[in-house]
Amino acid sequence: MNTRLLDIVFNGVWKNNAGLVQLLGMCPVLAISTNVVNGASLGIATAVVMASSNATAAALRNLIPYEIRIPVFILIIAALVTIIDLALNAFLHPLYLVLGIFVPLIVTNCLVLARIEAFAAKNGVISSAVDGAAMGGGLVLVLSVLGGVRELLGTGALFNGIELVIPGAHPIHLLPHDYPGFLLAILPPGAFIVLGCLVAARNWSDARKAARVRPQPIRPAAELNA
Amino acid sequence: MQEPTAGRLSFNNALIMTAFTLVFTALMAGTYLFTHEAIEKNIAEEKLLLINAILPQALYDNALLEDVLALPPTPEIGLDDGGHVWRARRQGEPVALVIEAAAPDGYAGRIDLIVAVAQDGGLLGVRVTQHHETPGLGDYIDPKKDKNKERPWISQFTNRPADLPKETWRVRKDGGEIDSVSGATISARAVTEAVGRVLAYVAQHHERLFAKEPA
Repeated sequence: MNTRLLDIVFNGVWKNNAGLVQLLGMCPVLAISTNVVNGASLGIATAVVMASSNATAAALRNLIPYEIRIPVFILIIAALVTIIDLALNAFLHPLYLVLGIFVPLIVTNCLVLARIEAFAAKNGVISSAVDGAAMGGGLVLVLSVLGGVRELLGTGALFNGIELVIPGAHPIHLLPHDYPGFLLAILPPGAFIVLGCLVAARNWSDARKAARVRPQPIRPAAELNA
Repeated sequence: MQEPTAGRLSFNNALIMTAFTLVFTALMAGTYLFTHEAIEKNIAEEKLLLINAILPQALYDNALLEDVLALPPTPEIGLDDGGHVWRARRQGEPVALVIEAAAPDGYAGRIDLIVAVAQDGGLLGVRVTQHHETPGLGDYIDPKKDKNKERPWISQFTNRPADLPKETWRVRKDGGEIDSVSGATISARAVTEAVGRVLAYVAQHHERLFAKEPA
């Protein structure tokens, strides 16, 4: 049982990473990853929604007829996002001010629906929750690295905007103060270019591993983002 | 799936879908009712916090958020859908107001502002409440995003006396007195000129906006 959960975690964070392998949910990934703080914040909010929506869908999976599973899943996601959004706003307001603008974006993330359909509809509550959290964790990783590279190239500093999350903290200036900035990295094309490099780096690391073992069968292409 | 039960199946599924919809709608409605009050309170606090940044609390003693005047659509200060004016009073006498406004011509569309104007027409301060300017470039108009923390760009609008010439409210590049960051003049120009329009509007409607009796 424990090795199974570990497998699920490894699958979500690395083997089937949402951002680098499945390439699902690209719209928020590319739009929000202008810096580490935004990227990690959206990732964490998505992970929370995915863990709870996966668990809910798994708990209800025997009540949901196959033919109408997609609308019911969407209903579950929309309801959970709304409830989390309202609860954050009411009871964790400082956090809401940071994450608030990202939470409604999660509904547009097809990764959430994809995990319910591919995993939670066929598995138990605990492993489904772990799968959602792990997939979200993988997204946190990609968004943080993507955001970090983009803001470092674009502004010469890391953790811009950290003071909004942790009062009193400061961004770290890694490049000299007269660094002119590289705007392209912050604008949307920069997101595509950096993400492309990350995907390439990950594929290269896989290819190196595969060269030592026997070649793996090719995975079918991931669906396009809705 | 089987021919004879197709209608029955659709009917059952419709019933189940309806049941799910009802349950989840009830859950959402319940959460809304449960959180409604706390959210309203948070929003009011947040607004007051933003207003406090440009209008010193020591200046007034009324419940500012309750002394509100609704503005009809006022395109001359960018309010195509109307807006609000909050009026600060001290012992019943009007001392200042905070007015909503918008600059329609930011680099990425509309920039929403609040502007605090003293009773004598002096400018107390300005804050950007919502904008879509380029991150890392034009977003310095919002002091939270401004890299200059000691003297953010928007502080140039703090405590300016009344009756400055109209030309003051232009960026230096256009012959005015407001600095801007080179390469990102459009955002600064939009805010600066909107502030100029707000001051002109307040001066023109002084009597109505600073009326004695609370709304």
